[in-house]
Amino acid sequence: MWFFASPEIVFGEDALSYLSEIEGQRAFIVTDQNIVRLGFVDLVARQLKAAGMEYQTFAEVEPNPTFEMVKRGAAAMSGYGPDWIIGLGGGSCLDAAKAMWVLYERPDMEPEEINPMIPLGLRQKARLITIPTTSGTGAEVTWVVVLTDAQERRKLVLGSRENVADLAIVDPVLVKALPPHIAADTGMDALTHAVEGYTSSWANDFCDGLCLKAIQLVFDYLPRAVANEEDAEARQKMHNAATIAGLGFGNSMGALAHAMGHPLSPLFGVPHGRAVGVFLPYTIEFMARQAPARYAEIARFLGLGGASDADGAASLVEAVRDLARRIKQPASVKELGILREDYEAALQKMIEDGENDTVTSARIPDREELARLFRYAYEGKIVDF
Amino acid sequence: MPKFLSDEWIKALCQELNQSEAYAQAARNWEGDFYFIVEPEGEMTEPAIFYMDLWHGKCRDAKLVTDEKEKDPVFRMGAPLSSWRKVIARELDPVQGLLTRRLKLKGNMAMIMRNVKAAQELVECCTRVPTEFPSE
Repeated sequence: MWFFASPEIVFGEDALSYLSEIEGQRAFIVTDQNIVRLGFVDLVARQLKAAGMEYQTFAEVEPNPTFEMVKRGAAAMSGYGPDWIIGLGGGSCLDAAKAMWVLYERPDMEPEEINPMIPLGLRQKARLITIPTTSGTGAEVTWVVVLTDAQERRKLVLGSRENVADLAIVDPVLVKALPPHIAADTGMDALTHAVEGYTSSWANDFCDGLCLKAIQLVFDYLPRAVANEEDAEARQKMHNAATIAGLGFGNSMGALAHAMGHPLSPLFGVPHGRAVGVFLPYTIEFMARQAPARYAEIARFLGLGGASDADGAASLVEAVRDLARRIKQPASVKELGILREDYEAALQKMIEDGENDTVTSARIPDREELARLFRYAYEGKIVDF
Repeated sequence: MPKFLSDEWIKALCQELNQSEAYAQAARNWEGDFYFIVEPEGEMTEPAIFYMDLWHGKCRDAKLVTDEKEKDPVFRMGAPLSSWRKVIARELDPVQGLLTRRLKLKGNMAMIMRNVKAAQELVECCTRVPTEFPSE
């Protein structure tokens, strides 16, 4: 028994205009200062006004939202009393909106208690709309809420199926001006979601097609979307790919590249997509040494070479590395600019924090293997164990 | 081979946990005792309740209790016999079981969310205990 959860998804040009049709009284927009500066809050506000709704904006979300920040936002939300919550921005804004929504509905809970194992009873006070402004997070359609414990400098994967938004609006107008390096980082995030969603131990028939399609879109359109900001088709396809990948991995879960990538953000300030993307080829190599078949299926779908499953998986690794090169993503942790001594000093913590997220990997490394993987990824060595 | 609903079985699991380096590592921060409740199904008429005192990667005590009031553990995990059987046979991923609420858990959820790997290693140990199930 398992579930497939998805919001209603409105996508394509003018998707934002659908906001003018929602019924309600008050909307609470959760976003960050950059999104305000870009004028996206104004775009949303225009539609809300057309719907006859009042709104208030909380624009204090920071990258890697912390427990403290979401508590602040939930307090502001409670003071305003919205019947719609709108998460507008990248993954941090969307995850923050999801967490604040829970705390607004359940003031008895702490952020770190948000979990999928008990009913939360959401939607008594408000419903959630998610509007991504990057093409990678997938948070607009997933139930996962990634928050950071600032004291421990640790990311925690929280959330509940009830956290899935009621409505996701995927409008390419919001990524037209996305800077190329952010398009590259977030595009690698989408690719990692899709590859891990297809190969995790919870992969399932309902997600497979979504993951494969997302992988194909990323390979076809990410280089164009990064190389040329004016390539509207590529930007739109990547925006769709990210949401499709989110649906895929959100219902089958991420795996080892996410487990290894998560610690890099709070410890070294590496953007999430770049962090998980740099580990992706190494984790494929590691997994494929025991279970290459699913990776070979991806390779076949993409039309890559490979007479055997192992060859197919190897060709996928090469394709991922080639894609990363083309969009100027780092090939190793060293290329992220992290000093070896700092990395070694943090290694134990990265292992401890990362291993909690390895539970859905098809091959789960023990602590020694995880340490070796971190070191191989630092040096850029081909994984041979 | 210990019978599943016996004191002998839970003590065998306790021993397995204490021999497992992987469990010791994954549960190094774990503090809290547990009731594992096997809800009646088939020929069972009463629930079977296993008590385990789990502390920083070690099992300090384990026994079958006959009166639920005997202890007041921090966590309680309950499921029908058939679900436990699937977990132990690796037919049901324990984390997926919790997410689909086929395994029902009560207790400090923040602690659970920080120690998902420990739950997985605990089940790994369960699978290594030779087990005779009631209907076998």
